[in-house]
Order: sequence, then structure tokens, then C-alpha cells
Amino acid sequence: MLKHRLFLLLMLVLPLPVQAAFTVFACEPEWAALATEIGQSHVKVITATTAQQDPHAIQARPSLIAGLRKADLLICTGAGLETGWLPLLQRRANNPAVQNGQPGYVEVASVVPMLDRPASLDRVHGDVHAQGNPHIQTDPRNFIPAARLLSERLQQLDAENAEAYRNNHAAFDERWRKAIVDWQQRAAPLQGMPVVVQHRSWVYLLHWLGLERVATLEKKPGLPPSSADLSALLAQLQQQPARAILRAAYQNEQAARWLSERSDIPVVELPYTVGGNAESGNLFGLFDDTITRLLTVQP
Amino acid sequence: MNFKMVVLTAVMLAEPVVCLAGEASEIERIKQELETLRQSYQQHIEALETRIEMLENQQAGESPAALVEAPLVEAPAAEPAMVAQDRPNAFNPQIGVVLVGGVSSYSSDRDQGIPGYMTGDEAGPPSEGFSLGESELNMQASIDDKFYGNFTLAVADEDGGTEVELEEAWFQTLALPYGLAVRGGRFFSGIGYRNQFHRHADDFVDRSLPYRVFLDTQYIDDGVQLTWLAPTDQFLEFGAEWLRGEGFPASGAGDNGKGAWTLFARTGNDVGVSHSWQAGLSWLSADANDRSSGDENESDHFTGDIDIAIADLVWKWAPGGNPNQRNFKLETAWFWQNQDGVFTPYDEDGLSYDEDQTGWYVNGIYQFRPQWHIGLRASGLDADSPGSAFDGTSLDTDGHDPRIYSAMVDWSPSEYSRLRLQYDLDESAPKTVDRLYLQYIMSLGAHGAHRY
Repeated sequence: MLKHRLFLLLMLVLPLPVQAAFTVFACEPEWAALATEIGQSHVKVITATTAQQDPHAIQARPSLIAGLRKADLLICTGAGLETGWLPLLQRRANNPAVQNGQPGYVEVASVVPMLDRPASLDRVHGDVHAQGNPHIQTDPRNFIPAARLLSERLQQLDAENAEAYRNNHAAFDERWRKAIVDWQQRAAPLQGMPVVVQHRSWVYLLHWLGLERVATLEKKPGLPPSSADLSALLAQLQQQPARAILRAAYQNEQAARWLSERSDIPVVELPYTVGGNAESGNLFGLFDDTITRLLTVQP
Repeated sequence: MNFKMVVLTAVMLAEPVVCLAGEASEIERIKQELETLRQSYQQHIEALETRIEMLENQQAGESPAALVEAPLVEAPAAEPAMVAQDRPNAFNPQIGVVLVGGVSSYSSDRDQGIPGYMTGDEAGPPSEGFSLGESELNMQASIDDKFYGNFTLAVADEDGGTEVELEEAWFQTLALPYGLAVRGGRFFSGIGYRNQFHRHADDFVDRSLPYRVFLDTQYIDDGVQLTWLAPTDQFLEFGAEWLRGEGFPASGAGDNGKGAWTLFARTGNDVGVSHSWQAGLSWLSADANDRSSGDENESDHFTGDIDIAIADLVWKWAPGGNPNQRNFKLETAWFWQNQDGVFTPYDEDGLSYDEDQTGWYVNGIYQFRPQWHIGLRASGLDADSPGSAFDGTSLDTDGHDPRIYSAMVDWSPSEYSRLRLQYDLDESAPKTVDRLYLQYIMSLGAHGAHRY
């Protein structure tokens, strides 16, 4: 009896759900920005993380569970980046549309050539990712297959607006390819420039622009450097100088600053993803600004 | 193509022979065949020419497509081939082992129990000295596109023997519509905030007093659970369970093995980007049939109904929503319990018993730098006297309200290992005991995501 009464009460109290548009739940801001480019006004985008947050270390907060419950499509990097929270969200969101293997689950890493695949899997090496380095959004070329995949899935799941998605994608693809050519021309002087990186989150950027990584602050991925590590690094950099220390907004600045003060190598804070700074409000701004900041320390 | 050339040559060679035969109709037929062959060749050659032209155009790199996508092709070459090998165990579930153990020292080794309260086997402090806690073996995986499965064994040493306890064995639906999910098997009941956590995910060595006394640290039972997640912006979840009624505080699988049910609701949200919270209300109603409590050798027994209500709140703070550097968690709960039935003290006659008891705890955990946490906790129990008939029994509180105050610091070199030092000022019995613990929690293999 009590159960029945409670249920009736709940039915009265609950607000009625309003499903306005096709809802996209994006794990990271770059995929939210991509969904906005392809979906425009036909999609409502929920972003799970901001540029100031470490996508490895998000908690499965109640707001995220509620967000995923209403999603028609889930777009994430994959490749183990969200292992600490996404599987739990998927299981607790009670939403069949966004489970692994469904068309509503878009894993970008599945269509992008992965770098840094570890030859051996052992946690002695820190927080390693079996499928390769998941920080794929620092190479704009990876957005080409990502956009294609997202557009296909949007067309499949929201057939009513398929035409719009197809057109938006074609327009984005054209603009994006032109922009890449432009960025590559601007970044030509950076070819071969030696840099220090904080975490191995810049592998794709380095690969794209031909920058040379001479050292990594985090000796083991995901574990903060010890003072002994930093001293060794300082000694190494005196032998083998670098032009810049690259750091993302969400990463701890202490180690980078310590090293910069002692080695006279400037810290370049890159946006890392959409919203990482004031200039990177969308995908185009993200790479415009990244190149601009890198050019300030060009040889 | 080569084959056709041979045929063509053979036909041409054959022609004069045919002519000699002087059969005009035959010549006509062969001429037609030749024409057909010639046409077919022409088509092939044209198609090939078109393809060559296309390929040449692409190589010239006139389109931005060629400029942009060509370098992508290089990338996969760098991968070591071994990762892609097909392994026979590729479909195995993720397997994780958690090793928990430590060493403790107490200012008094006399086990006084918690006078005034019926307690299960797990309610007391860990045994003094070196001891293994529960070593946990967990396996989980998607069963198919409709179900998910989870299996956890807890192995612990008890009274000189090694006991294997089936802690969890459940499946859960993945594909029900309308925000519904069903879980079946043995699972941690959805009541309370802390109840669904594995012990290795706790912030303290021991659980708070109300969890220890009212739920024997954790209410685990067999049955089914239905949850419904409302399609609202604010997280709003409702759940109900129908259970066997075997795990403490239930006992004896009453009502033909359907001796307990629960209801729970939780809600939560973010406040700005740095704060988030979750609040819950839970209800547990259980039958106890001849449930033993207190001293193992001279145990008391209880038969009757138990109702438990829990209200809890968790508040978390992480600057900018990034918990990596610093974060804070406040966790609190209030418990109410009514037990109504017959209490039979050891070696005595049954007494009619009906009493309300309450409990509470509050704790704060602060990560002040990466890898380091400190935490403080207070927990307590309160009960009225059940009456003079209970004087001298284990339900006689003797006017004492149990309290435990704890302080801990832990260090996690990585997310898979943790060392913890904890001090308890234990006033759960009239004589205060100091307890000092050093605990390790080590996680091997796959480690699933932790709950909020």
C-alpha cells in the first residue's frame, strides 16, 4: 500500500520531460564543438567536461548521469581516456541508445590512426593506455574522419534532419581542409623545434607540426614528477636545450614553472581543447590560437 | 586478359583452316564473335584509362584532400604489430584483484561489544595485530547487448580458517526503455549512500557506527532491484528491491524467502562548476527469524520486524571541477531503526521488545595535494532504554551513548595503490579504547570506475 501511495505521489511531483531536440552528450569539449558544427540548430549539446578538467579524472557526478539519460547520441574520444567514469555513466544512465556497440555510441578513436601504442602493458609504466595515446584532438587532421563518422551517425539516427547534417558536414569538411592547409603553412617555421611537454598529451600536435619532444615532465603518464625527476630533467635540458615547455590549462603548473625558472625556457600554455582560453571558443579558434602561441617561441 | 589474348590468337590462326572448309555461315559466325571480343576489349581499355587518369590526378595533389589526408596514412605504420594479435582470451571479462590488509594496535583488547545494540558478525573492529582484511576478486563484463554481469568473491581469514564469501553475483539490464533498469542476483542493496561501495573504496579503515550496527557494515542480499531514472535535468532516481531476507539486519529468509524489501530515492546536481551534491532517502523493511547477535558463543536471539530509514547527503568540491590537485568531500547520514518482536537473551526466556534507535555520522575528506588525503569522522548511536526487563542484557545501554571519533591520512602513489594511517577514539562502550591502524589497499588488473 505504501509503495502505491509513494508512486502516485511521485507521479504528481515529477516535472514532465521535455524532449526539444536531438540530444548529443559529448565527453570532451572538442567533440561538443564538432557536434555543434555538424548539428547546428538541430542538436542540443551537453558537454561532460571543460577544458579546465582532466578528462582522465572526472567523477560520475549525478548531473552527468542525468545528462546521459536524455542523450540520443554519445560522442567520446574512447581508447581508454574515459575508463574512470564513462562505463559507470553508461550503466547508470538506463539509456539503451548510448551503450557500446549501438549507433548512438560514437568513439572517435576508432576511426583515427593512433600513436604511442605501448609495446607492453604494465602499470609499472604509469597510467598507460592499451589502445594508444588518447589525446587525439591536438591534430586537426583527426577531425576529418571524426566529422565524417559523426555526420553518418546523426543522419542515421535523426533521419528527419539528415539533409541538413549532410550539408553541414560538407561545408565543415571544406572549410576545415582549407584551414589545415593554412595552419600548416603558418607553422612551417616550427618544423623540428625542440620542446618539453608536461604529459604525453601533445603527441599528435608534435607529430602534425614536426616538433621534436626532447623531454616529458611526467616521467610516467598520470603520475606527477618527483623533485629528483625534475632535477634530472634540468640537467638534461642544459645539455639539450628546448625552445618551450608546453602545458595544457588543466595541468598542474608548479612543475612547469619550476623548470622554466631554472632553465630559462618559456612555458607556453596552449588551449589544448575548445574553451582552453579566451581565443579558442570554437575548433577553428583552437588551432589558430595554438599556432599563434607556438610561433611566439619559434627559432 | 592473357586468356583472352590466347583465344584471340587461336581464333585468328584457325581462320584460314575454316576458310578451307568453305563454310560461309561458319565464317560469318566467327566474324561476329571477333567483333564482340573487340568491343569488349575496347570497353576494358577505356575503363582502365579512366582509372589511371584519376590516380594521376590524385597524386598531383591538386585537391586539399590529398594534402591533408596523405600524412595520416603513415601513422599506423609506427604501431607494434603485437597489439593487434588475436588472443583467445579477448572476450574474457575484466578481472581485478584488490588486496587489503594491515596492522593495528589497541589500548585494550577486551571486546566489550556495543552495549544496548544487537550487532552482527562484522560490526566489531578488525582483529588486533597483523591481519588481512578482505581480498577481493572481481570480474565484470557485458554479457550481450542486453545484459551486464558482475561477480565478486571476498576471501577473508576468520577464526584460523580461510572463508570465501560470495559478495556479489548479479546481472543488470542495459536495454530497457523509459529509463528503467533491473538488477538480479546477489548485490549491495541500493539503500544509503555508503552501502553500495566496496570496502576498498572507503575513506576509513572501519565503517561508521550506524553502518556497523544497523547494517552489519553493509546490507547484502539476494533478490531483484528495479530502478527508474527520471528524464529530468536534475538527477532523480527511484529504486525498489525485493529480497530474500538473509543478510543482516534481515535473517532466516522470512516470508518463504522474500523477507525484505526496500525503497530508495536519490537526487543530485552541480552547483556552479566546482560543487556537486547528492541526497538520498531510503527505507528497509526486513523480517528477522531467530537472528543471533552479540557474543558469538553466548549469542542472543531476535525474531520480529525491522524497519530502517536512512537520510544521507554528500557534497563535493573540486576547484574548477578538476579534482586532480585538491578536492573536498563531506558525507553525512542519519539512521533510524525500529525493531519490534521477541528478544531472547542468551540462556534466558524471551522478552517482548519494541524500540527505536538512531545513528548518525559525518565525515570530511580533503585532498590537499595530489596523492594525499586527510579525513575526520564522528559517528554515534542513540537509544532510549527498552525498559527495566532488559537490565543486564546486551540491550542495556547503561546510560551510555556510543561514539567513535576517527582521523586518518592516506597516500596514494597511483590510483591503484593506497597506504592509510588511522586513529580511532572509540567510545562505543563505557570504557574508551584507542585504536591505531595502518592499512594497505592494492589493486591489480582491471579496476572498474568508482561511484560518485
